[in-house]
Amino acid sequence: MASALRMAILMIAVMTLITGLAYPLAITGIAQLLFPQQANGSLIRQGDTVVGSTLIGQYFSKPEYFHPRPSAAKESPAVAPGFGYDPTYSGGSNLAPSSKKLVDAVAAAVRQNQPDNPDKAVPGDLVTASASGLDPDISPAAAEFQVTRVAHARGISEDQVRTLVTKCTQGHTLGLFGEPRVNVLNLNLLLDQTASK
Amino acid sequence: MHTTDYLQFIVYAAVILATTQPLGRYIAALFSGEKTFLSPLMQPVERVIYAICGVKQNSEQSWKSYAGHLLLFALIGTIVTYAILRFQYYLPLNPQNFPAVSPDLAMNTAVSFNTNTNWQAYSGENTLSYFSQMTALAVHNFLSAATGLAVAVALIRGFARKSTKTIGNFYVDLTRGILYLLLPIAIVAALVLVWQGVPQTIGGAVQAKTLEGGLQTISLGPIASQEAIKELGTNGGGFFNANSAHPFENPTPLSNFIEDLLIFLIPAALVDAFGRMIGRRKQAYAVFGAMGIMFVFGLAVAYSAEAVPNPALAQIAGYDAAQGNMEGKEVRFGLADSVLWAVTTSDTACGATNALYDSFMPLAGMVPLVNIMLGCIIFGGVGAGLYGMLLHVVIAVFIAGLMVGRTPEYVGKKIESREVKLAIFALLATTAGTLIVTAIAVITPAGLAGIGNLGPHGLSEILYAFASTDANNGSAFEGLNANNLFYNALLAATMLMGRFVVIIPILAIAGSFAAKKTVPPSFGAFPTDTGLFVALLIGVVGIIGGLTFFPALALGPIVEHFALKAGIGF
Repeated sequence: MASALRMAILMIAVMTLITGLAYPLAITGIAQLLFPQQANGSLIRQGDTVVGSTLIGQYFSKPEYFHPRPSAAKESPAVAPGFGYDPTYSGGSNLAPSSKKLVDAVAAAVRQNQPDNPDKAVPGDLVTASASGLDPDISPAAAEFQVTRVAHARGISEDQVRTLVTKCTQGHTLGLFGEPRVNVLNLNLLLDQTASK
Repeated sequence: MHTTDYLQFIVYAAVILATTQPLGRYIAALFSGEKTFLSPLMQPVERVIYAICGVKQNSEQSWKSYAGHLLLFALIGTIVTYAILRFQYYLPLNPQNFPAVSPDLAMNTAVSFNTNTNWQAYSGENTLSYFSQMTALAVHNFLSAATGLAVAVALIRGFARKSTKTIGNFYVDLTRGILYLLLPIAIVAALVLVWQGVPQTIGGAVQAKTLEGGLQTISLGPIASQEAIKELGTNGGGFFNANSAHPFENPTPLSNFIEDLLIFLIPAALVDAFGRMIGRRKQAYAVFGAMGIMFVFGLAVAYSAEAVPNPALAQIAGYDAAQGNMEGKEVRFGLADSVLWAVTTSDTACGATNALYDSFMPLAGMVPLVNIMLGCIIFGGVGAGLYGMLLHVVIAVFIAGLMVGRTPEYVGKKIESREVKLAIFALLATTAGTLIVTAIAVITPAGLAGIGNLGPHGLSEILYAFASTDANNGSAFEGLNANNLFYNALLAATMLMGRFVVIIPILAIAGSFAAKKTVPPSFGAFPTDTGLFVALLIGVVGIIGGLTFFPALALGPIVEHFALKAGIGF
């Protein structure tokens, strides 16, 4: 029994060294060497300031920016009512399809977005919360829906805005995987660079 | 749009089919003690480990000794995990200075990772230090998967051997599983994931100043190394609360495809290895066929149920339902990637999620729920899926034996009263256990307090939690608030039951088969490598799992489905 106990403890210790320290630290070393940009979070810098990560959505509400999806990534609303997109509290709404709260939340989001484009129905992703609360993307339809508002707010033509949207749109990966999408932060950065407010 | 969905499913199945045989051959060679291409590299490491720990490589164990070592190892592992979580404030690599994890959450998490469940009551990004993530969680992603693998290999040896008392050496099987199988694949996968954008750093969180002038704290960490083994070991406990929906755990459709492949990779190959090790590959094809049919069926049901727009939302004026149900889904994954993942993660005991199953349409969410209730045996957890399915095989052969009036046989072993009793005990104890703990939760105020959604969906949430922990899956209808003393304790107890009340009878069955003679196939014995047997096996799985849980399902997702169609909300 004593030798069996010793064996179990030593095995845990050795395996912790191999799989818990050597493995992640070795991967960290190689990753930092080969893919430093990705390994450090795909951060975007302007000068010395980090303005975000291309993979992590952020909150936008001004009319001259494209808006992301609603986000449930925030500390419990009772503690700090936030706008979401808090990467220290990732997560979704977890609302059931039969939930009245879900219907109310979606209806409210539709009312909020409708004035941007009164003649069109609001695309579903623009009024529903993502699973992570940090979704960096919107659908091409959701981007198109906002083009008029952004063009108007910036005093540029809709076609100019559309050109930028197209630049930030990705199709199916390898023509097959995933869904077409527009990265909101990249698009807004591009807007700031090319068309002054 | 739909064409790419179907094409993706086909490509996924094709890649799994293509890897099954080569990897199965490798696993069979590895656990038969043959040399592999990694032997020159790993043998010295292996010898050092045995020398340090006092493991005698060539000394084999009886089933009781094998089980004893396994239990002791799991116990020590759980205690060490608990201690690391409780003391993380004093340990290194804690750039955010997180305090100690609360006792009940630490206990739940320790049990969760040591049973290969990875039920996620914690939120990694605001609770756990990097040291805890690496040494308390990721370590057990390896160890619990290797333990499951060892049990499966021991059971296979029981079938393959004759008239012997021993079924292998637990620590040798464990060590080989890690060094030759899990670790090498995890290293490659982790680097591919970093390339796709998964961070891998020990630097702390970064403060960003957003374009609109707000502040955003971007949590980072050694994520890729954990992500790779999380899928490969069918563990599923996320670095972040949002699990594989989080863009840092799963940034692109390609990373999603790779992670999803990792989930099925070893469980599928292990079935092939089973056939090779018992020297009857057609027998393994039958088991593989039953699993494959159930996988495709589940995928078809889930996809068609989820592709229908939610009628409660479709009636909102100005809402465009064309995209499908995007609540709880990521734009980059959409419908197909989310549904495929939900099916694979619940067929196996992985439990990682890339979408929220709480927000799935009722019948689509019921597919993962049913998969889990069946015990995660459709390919299943690493090791656990195969031995769980072989329990059902024993029952199926027994039933067939009753029908043809002969002593049942399977792959040359007579199946007698002892094995049937053990198999039935393991299956009934866990399924009845799930229903009993669910019943406790739905009649106590503490249990009901955790419900996140009203109406029948609330029952689905509780049912899912206990079915998931019982099957050591770990995915959830996450609306259930389960990080409290009541759920942490009851769910931990369920995880222990689901793990060890199956493993011990399995090892006993392995010992019992190993001691038997191998009988030549007799005339009139029920053949177990035919389409008829595949159908019988699926029937047995459906009857044992499905009928046990049907009343509960009727009160949960099925009622919700009809309520939604009738325009009733909660």
